[in-house]
Amino acid sequence: MQLYGTDISSRLLLGTAQYPSPAVLRKAIETSRAEIITVSLRRETADGSGAGFWELLKDSGCKVLPNTAGCHSVQEAVVTAQMARELFGTDWIKLEVIGNSDTLQPDVFGLVEAARVLCADGFKVFPYTTDDLVVGEKLLEAGCELLMPWGAPIGSGQGLRNPDALRAMRAHFPDVPLIVDAGIGRPSDATHAMELGMDAVLLNTAVAKAGDPALMAKAMAQAIEAGCNGYIADPMDPRDMAVPSTPTLGMAELI
Amino acid sequence: MKIIVNAKPREVTNETLEDALMELEFTSPAIATALNGSFVPREEYSETSLSEGDRLEVLAPMQGG
Repeated sequence: MQLYGTDISSRLLLGTAQYPSPAVLRKAIETSRAEIITVSLRRETADGSGAGFWELLKDSGCKVLPNTAGCHSVQEAVVTAQMARELFGTDWIKLEVIGNSDTLQPDVFGLVEAARVLCADGFKVFPYTTDDLVVGEKLLEAGCELLMPWGAPIGSGQGLRNPDALRAMRAHFPDVPLIVDAGIGRPSDATHAMELGMDAVLLNTAVAKAGDPALMAKAMAQAIEAGCNGYIADPMDPRDMAVPSTPTLGMAELI
Repeated sequence: MKIIVNAKPREVTNETLEDALMELEFTSPAIATALNGSFVPREEYSETSLSEGDRLEVLAPMQGG
């Protein structure tokens, strides 16, 4: 898979928040075999607490994808992206412009506007969006080269609320990388997303809040690979009635 | 002069952003700043002057989803 011209072999993008400890996070990154991990920016304390996390990121060898999580306006998101570009030394940005605090659903109008500003400024924007086709088109017009539709609200672990809409996105944007971002709870949800033809899955809470995050990270990676291969392998169509799988020709007459 | 640093009132004597950050003990290289809602690139710290009541945000890498 290519994202903004970069070859990426792992189709699991992993978030770094909410783990029980830095050691568990480190282990989960390893077992997930993720190549891209998401990060954020928050107020620094005078003791330099952010520096330790920065060292952990560098040790992981992963590409970092900073987010604009928590931003509710275009201005906030754009300034946060500018700060992230300097801080993390990358022009990749996971663009979130949140429209509602309860559902954490994207403000798609602000999202398109912020994407236009950031793409024009040289950013490679990963927009966290809904599964709306028209919004997707506007984001591509703004300069985005991929789309990250939600599966369900952030952190809800509900799985795919609207698989038909994701299937429609796949059909409508056959050549655009589609990454399901948010809502995955179980490995089967991730497989489901990949079987719909998504290119990758971004998840965080499902791994971080599992009883054994490192094992769940591995399970998610396996589930994503299985779903991806299943989609490529072109599954059979379901049938209404049974059809014998064992040949009936040559059956003995025993009565 | 009094400025607001990460939402808290602070007293600084240095007038440039570069010196004020040192005075405020933000010595980590892993920070990025915004002054009154606008990003200030690192190379502009030494020529950026602070004024009474300025709002300074100093951000660092943090875990995120």
